[in-house]
Amino acid sequence: MSVSVHINSIEKKFEKVEALKKLSLNIEEGELFGFIGPDGSGKTTLFRLITSLLIPDGGNIKVGELDSETDFREIRKITGYMPGRFSLYHDLSVEENLNFYASIFNTTLKKNYHLIKDVYEQIEPFKKRKAGALSGGMKQKLALSCALIHKPELLILDEPTTGVDAVSRKEFWELLKKMQKTGITILVSTPYMDEASLCDRVALMQKGSLLALDSPENIVKKYDGDLWQLSSSNMHTIIADLSEVGSGIKNIFRFGEKVHITSNGLNLEEVKSVITEELKSKGHNNIIVEAAKPQIEDCFLDLMEEN
Amino acid sequence: MRIILYILQKEFIQVFRDKTMLPIIFVIPIFQLLILSYTATFEIKNVNLAVVDHDKSVMSSKIISKFSGSAFFNFKGNATTYDEAVLSLKRSEIDQILVIEQNFEKNLRSGQSPHIQIATNAINGSAASLMSAYASSIIADFNREIIVDENPTANVGLPINAQPTFWYNPELNYITYMVPGILVLLVTVIGMFLSGMNLVKEKEMGTIEQINVTPIKKYQFITGKLVPFWIIANVDLAIGLLIAYFVFSIPVVGSLPLLFGVSSVYLVAVLSLGLLVSTMTNTMQQSMFISWFLLVIFIMMSGLFTPVESMPQWAQNINYINPVAYFIKINRMIMLKGSGFADFHKEFYMLLVYAVSVLSFAIMRYRKRV
Repeated sequence: MSVSVHINSIEKKFEKVEALKKLSLNIEEGELFGFIGPDGSGKTTLFRLITSLLIPDGGNIKVGELDSETDFREIRKITGYMPGRFSLYHDLSVEENLNFYASIFNTTLKKNYHLIKDVYEQIEPFKKRKAGALSGGMKQKLALSCALIHKPELLILDEPTTGVDAVSRKEFWELLKKMQKTGITILVSTPYMDEASLCDRVALMQKGSLLALDSPENIVKKYDGDLWQLSSSNMHTIIADLSEVGSGIKNIFRFGEKVHITSNGLNLEEVKSVITEELKSKGHNNIIVEAAKPQIEDCFLDLMEEN
Repeated sequence: MRIILYILQKEFIQVFRDKTMLPIIFVIPIFQLLILSYTATFEIKNVNLAVVDHDKSVMSSKIISKFSGSAFFNFKGNATTYDEAVLSLKRSEIDQILVIEQNFEKNLRSGQSPHIQIATNAINGSAASLMSAYASSIIADFNREIIVDENPTANVGLPINAQPTFWYNPELNYITYMVPGILVLLVTVIGMFLSGMNLVKEKEMGTIEQINVTPIKKYQFITGKLVPFWIIANVDLAIGLLIAYFVFSIPVVGSLPLLFGVSSVYLVAVLSLGLLVSTMTNTMQQSMFISWFLLVIFIMMSGLFTPVESMPQWAQNINYINPVAYFIKINRMIMLKGSGFADFHKEFYMLLVYAVSVLSFAIMRYRKRV
């Protein structure tokens, strides 16, 4: 069972800050939908509006047929929410936390064990440990278990992988993929752009507006700039040194072990000569400049730069 | 109902797991009762007295021995001059100076009224008037003795002879008066702080966000927060009553079930007030300060230390919304006088109205939104 979510020109202001500016989008049943954006882009506010913790200043949100303002009681029954900050009881054990959340949804751990088996198995050896003493990754798995224990139709995860190590992040996403196969709609926000490619569709948010809304593949396809990848013997100072090149170079940003740059109307030879000359004068050797295949991060950075 | 039980279970696990809070909840009230009951007394004992005896006669030493023989006075020795004694008074080494004039005995014998001066440190006005009254009564006593000594046939009885009897506390023991009040004080402090801190702690830890997205109803959550501390505070009251009985020999003259009935209503009022404070604050610090502020005012105005009747009218009016005042009054009535429900039904109904309205307000004020 899963539900769709319809967001209609939703607005929310906090004093003078416009957290969300007439944002509209539809999320299909059973979709794994990602919200990507820097801190302060409105992701958490949007999630709090969907879970009815906040009341919108304008527009409305429908979860299936339910309105987030008037039918919030019903929405809360079918929604699993994992806040960005670990919000379970530190002084209760793993097991006690789960039992408590199961019982307030009128169910039991035993009855719904199959729902959380994949996640819970990984922390079950520590079930007597207090939640506050768990590692970051384990805390997130416990929080996910608690959010799933009542068989929600909609799962909302606010930055579940923030502050979690790379291995646990990967595991966590694998769990989400598995979860999705059981037919649940999942909304997940993340500041990590590389996680975008794991979603069915993503919304790129900035300052309360949508910059892009599409599947990760389509977003990459739509990329129209020229992208170059380069490396040299001195990667520590390369960004600072490149920033003085100026002419024709638009963006410079680190990408893994390399540096990506975008340019306007220059071909590979032209870029090569400009860069090589500049870097050589700054004492760089082994300068390699080549065309790069755009990744989703490149698209996002490009979109964010444009706005 | 089942959900309330699960919340209660969770709250109790948390209370009994907290190794710092547990002694605070049960040991501190006991200490408070044991210590405060002895110290919060207005009886004047151990008045430090200096004597400036300019006469140095048989009569003057007789009167000095009257003072030094009294249980109230600590005889701090003779000063040669009045100025010297005043210096000691300034240094707070003594509280009272007795000055006997020169020719005291001679004047007495010759039938002229001799003079005695009593100077008292009156920084604390009520204590000073008590000290001065003690001293005057000793001198009056002495006066009568002289008349009898000199003229055995004289009638020294006063025309009206008043015979005071003291009810409910025949020995005029201050502890008997204080203990019921201090019992109220300690269950109030425990109840208000525990409930006030608890909800706001969930806000600070962020756990409230997870709770708020569950289908828990407001009244279920508030009940779950209230009942554990209601039970704990009543247990504290029971412990306090046992101490009153075994340590201070103060039995509950009235009905015990009646006392717990009133305390149960009273605690709902106090705990709801604590919860109300914590629904309106965001950090434990804010909650702590507001609770503390309310408590100090309530306790100072409650009649615990000073009789409410001697407060100005506006202060007495404020006491209409002071639950502590009602319960101290009722508790003293039940514990010391054995009053029945009919004797304090007005106060009880006020508490009931208080409890119901503050509780509803706290439930209303608690929002399952951010």
